[in-house]
Amino acid sequence: MSSSSLPLDPPRPLIPLPGGQGLRGILWQAVLVIALLLLGWSIYHNMQANMAARGLQFGFGFLGRSAGIPIGESIIPYTPADTYQRALTVGLLNTLRVAVLGILLCTILGVLLGIARLSSNPLLRGLVGAYIEVIRNTPLVLQLVFWHAIVLQLPSVRQALNPLPGVYLSQRGVKLPVFVADQALFACLAGFALGLLLWLVLAWRERARQRLSGERRSTLLPGLLLTAGLPVLAAAIFGAPRWDWPQLAGFNFEGGVTLSPEFFALLLGLVLYTAAFVAEIVRAGIQAVPKGQWEAARALGLPRGRIMRLVILPQALRVIIPPLTSQYLNLTKNSSLAVVIGYPDLVSVSNTSINQTGQAVEVILIFMTVYLLISLFTSLLMNLYNRAVALKER
Amino acid sequence: MKWAVLAAAVAAFLGLSAGDALAGRDLDQIRQRGVLRCGVQAPSNPGFGFPDAQGRWQGFNVEICRAIAITILGDPNRVEFIPVTTQSRFPALASGEVDILSNNSTWTLTRDSNVNRFNFPAIVFYDGQAMMVPRRLNVTSARQLNGATVCVQPGTTTELNLADYFRQHNMRFTPVVVADLDELRRAYDSGRCDVFTNDFAALAAQRTLLSRPQDHIILPERLSKEPLSPVIRQGDEELTNIVAWTVFALIDAEEMGITQANVDQIAATSTDPRVRRLLGVEGNMGESLGAARPDYARQIIRTFGNYGEIYDRWLGPNTPLNLERGMNRTWLQGGLLYAPPAR
Repeated sequence: MSSSSLPLDPPRPLIPLPGGQGLRGILWQAVLVIALLLLGWSIYHNMQANMAARGLQFGFGFLGRSAGIPIGESIIPYTPADTYQRALTVGLLNTLRVAVLGILLCTILGVLLGIARLSSNPLLRGLVGAYIEVIRNTPLVLQLVFWHAIVLQLPSVRQALNPLPGVYLSQRGVKLPVFVADQALFACLAGFALGLLLWLVLAWRERARQRLSGERRSTLLPGLLLTAGLPVLAAAIFGAPRWDWPQLAGFNFEGGVTLSPEFFALLLGLVLYTAAFVAEIVRAGIQAVPKGQWEAARALGLPRGRIMRLVILPQALRVIIPPLTSQYLNLTKNSSLAVVIGYPDLVSVSNTSINQTGQAVEVILIFMTVYLLISLFTSLLMNLYNRAVALKER
Repeated sequence: MKWAVLAAAVAAFLGLSAGDALAGRDLDQIRQRGVLRCGVQAPSNPGFGFPDAQGRWQGFNVEICRAIAITILGDPNRVEFIPVTTQSRFPALASGEVDILSNNSTWTLTRDSNVNRFNFPAIVFYDGQAMMVPRRLNVTSARQLNGATVCVQPGTTTELNLADYFRQHNMRFTPVVVADLDELRRAYDSGRCDVFTNDFAALAAQRTLLSRPQDHIILPERLSKEPLSPVIRQGDEELTNIVAWTVFALIDAEEMGITQANVDQIAATSTDPRVRRLLGVEGNMGESLGAARPDYARQIIRTFGNYGEIYDRWLGPNTPLNLERGMNRTWLQGGLLYAPPAR
C-alpha cells in the first residue's frame, strides 16, 4: 500500500458496526461483550432455576455407577456390569471408529470421483455427475435407512454367502477371519514394518542419486522383496501366526471379527454421501488451477497421469483443503444419525444413559464437549496440513 | 432510538430469565391451559395407543388419559396426545413438555426416587417381560438362547432385565438396540435378530404387525415383573390423587357391575350407598378430590365403560391382541386389581 496517497476519509458504513473507528467502536464492542455475558448468565440461571424447580441435582456422580445397559458392539471389553463412564467411552470409540474410517474412505472415493467428473469420456462424466446430484440432493437419514434395509436383505446366518474362505456375508453383518494376537503375529508385523522402513531409506537414497546422475531406477522390486521377505523370515523363526476362523455355532458365528450391519450401513451411507461433496470440492480445486499449467506440463512431455499427480493436484490442494475440512467435520457430526439405525455411537449410548439416570444436562454437556473436542482436533490437524501445502513465498 | 432497541433487547433477556421457573402446581397449569398433554408411545403400540385411519389416537392407554381428562377438565376430548419414544419419554415429562405419560411405563424404584422424581399413581396393567422367537428356530425355553442376537428398545427396563437375565444364567447375547419401535420390529422381521424382547402384552401387539405373525412364538418365561402405570412428576399431591382415583373408579365400577350400558339406570335406581357415592349421587367425593364435576366417575363410565370393558375393547379375546385377563382381573376373580374403598 502506498503511503503517499491523499488523506481521504474512509467510507462511512451504513450501520455502525463493531470494530469501527475510535471511541464509538470500543463502545459497541463493549456492548457486544456485555450482551454475550448476559446471554450466558441468563442461560446458566435458567438451567439452575429449572433444575431447582424440578428438584434435580446437578452432578457427575452417576458416571461411576454400574450402567446395566447392553451395548451391541465395542472395541474395548464391555459388559452391562461396567460403569456409565465405560459405556460412554464405548460409544465414543464407536463414533471415532466410524468417523476415522469414513474420512479415509470418503477422501479416496471423493478424489477419484472428482477427477472422473472432469474425464473426457462423456459416459463416465455423466454417470459421476448423476451420482453426485442424486446423493447430494437427498436427505442423509433416508439414505442410511435405505442402506440398512439393503444390508438386512442379505441371507440369514445359516445361508450366509461365502465369497472367500473365512469371509461370510449375512444379515448379522460381515464376518472376517483375524490373526490371533500372539508373539508370532507381532514378530511378523515387526518384520513388515522393518521392511517398509528399509524400502523408504532405499527410495530416499535413490532419489538423492537421481538428483546427481539424472538416472532413474525403480525401487519397486527390492522394496517388495524386503516387505514380503522379512515377515516370512520372522514366521520361520517364531512360527506362523494363527488364524481365528469364523465358524457357525448355535445362533451365530463364533470367532473372527464382525462388522455389524448397522456399522456397515452407517459407514457406507456416510462415505457415499460425503464423497459426493468431496468430489465437487476436488473438481473445483482442479479447475481452479490455471490452464497454462496443463499446457506447460504437456510441453515438457509429461504423461497425463503424472501431470495430474505432480503438477495439478499439489496446486489444487491449496483450494481443496479448507472446504474439505468442513466436510470431515460434517461426516463426524453426521455419524450421530447412527441413532436411527441402531449403531451404538456416542449419542445413542448417551440417550440411553439420560433415560436410565435422568441426568440429562450432564450427559448432554459431556457429549457436546466431546464432539467439540473431536471437531477442534480435526480442524487443528487439517490446518497444520493446510499450512504445509500452502503457497510458500520465498 | 438505537439505544431504546438495545435496552429492550436486554430487558427481554432479563425477563426471559426471570419468568422461566414454572410457578404453581402441575394441576393448576392443566386447568389454566384447559388441555391435558398426554405422552403416548411413538410411533404406535397396537391396542394400547395408536393413531387410527383418521389420525385420532385410540387404545387402552389413550382412554386412560381421556378418563383422567374427564376428572380434571370434565371433557374427554381436551387431551393433546404427544408421541414419545422410550428414550425421549422421561426427558419430555421432566421438562414439562407433557403432563402425564400413559405409555406402558414400568414403575421402578429408580424412576420413583429422588434422582428422577417421577410418580406412579396407580397400576393400570400388570405385565412381565417375555421373548418372542421365530418358530423355525425350534426354541422352547429362554434358557436355550445362549449366543443369540436380541432386538431390544433402548432406555427401557426391558433392556436392563435382558442384561440381568443373561448374566444370571451365564449366557451371552448380542443386543441390537433401535429406539424406533417400527424400525426395531422390521429388523426382527427381516431376521437381523433371533429374539425380540419386550413386555408380554406389547410383544403380542408387535406380533400382530409382523409379516407372518403365526410363524412366531412367545416363550413361556417371564423375565421380570412389569407393573405399568401412568407417570407424572413428583410434587403435586392433588394430581397424584386424581390419576389414582380415576383408575380406581374404573376398577370399582367393574367390581360393582356398573357398565357403560347400565350406569345411568343404576345411578337412578341403586340403593347401594357405595354405588351412590361412586357415581356422585350421594356425598361430595368429586369435590374433595378436586374433580371438575361431582359425578366424574359416572361420566367416565358413560363414555368408556368400566376397566373390564376398556380392556376387552382394546386387548381382550375379540381383538387381534387376544390377551388373557390373567393378573389383570379384579381381586374378586383371582386377579391383582384391587381399588381402595371410595368413601
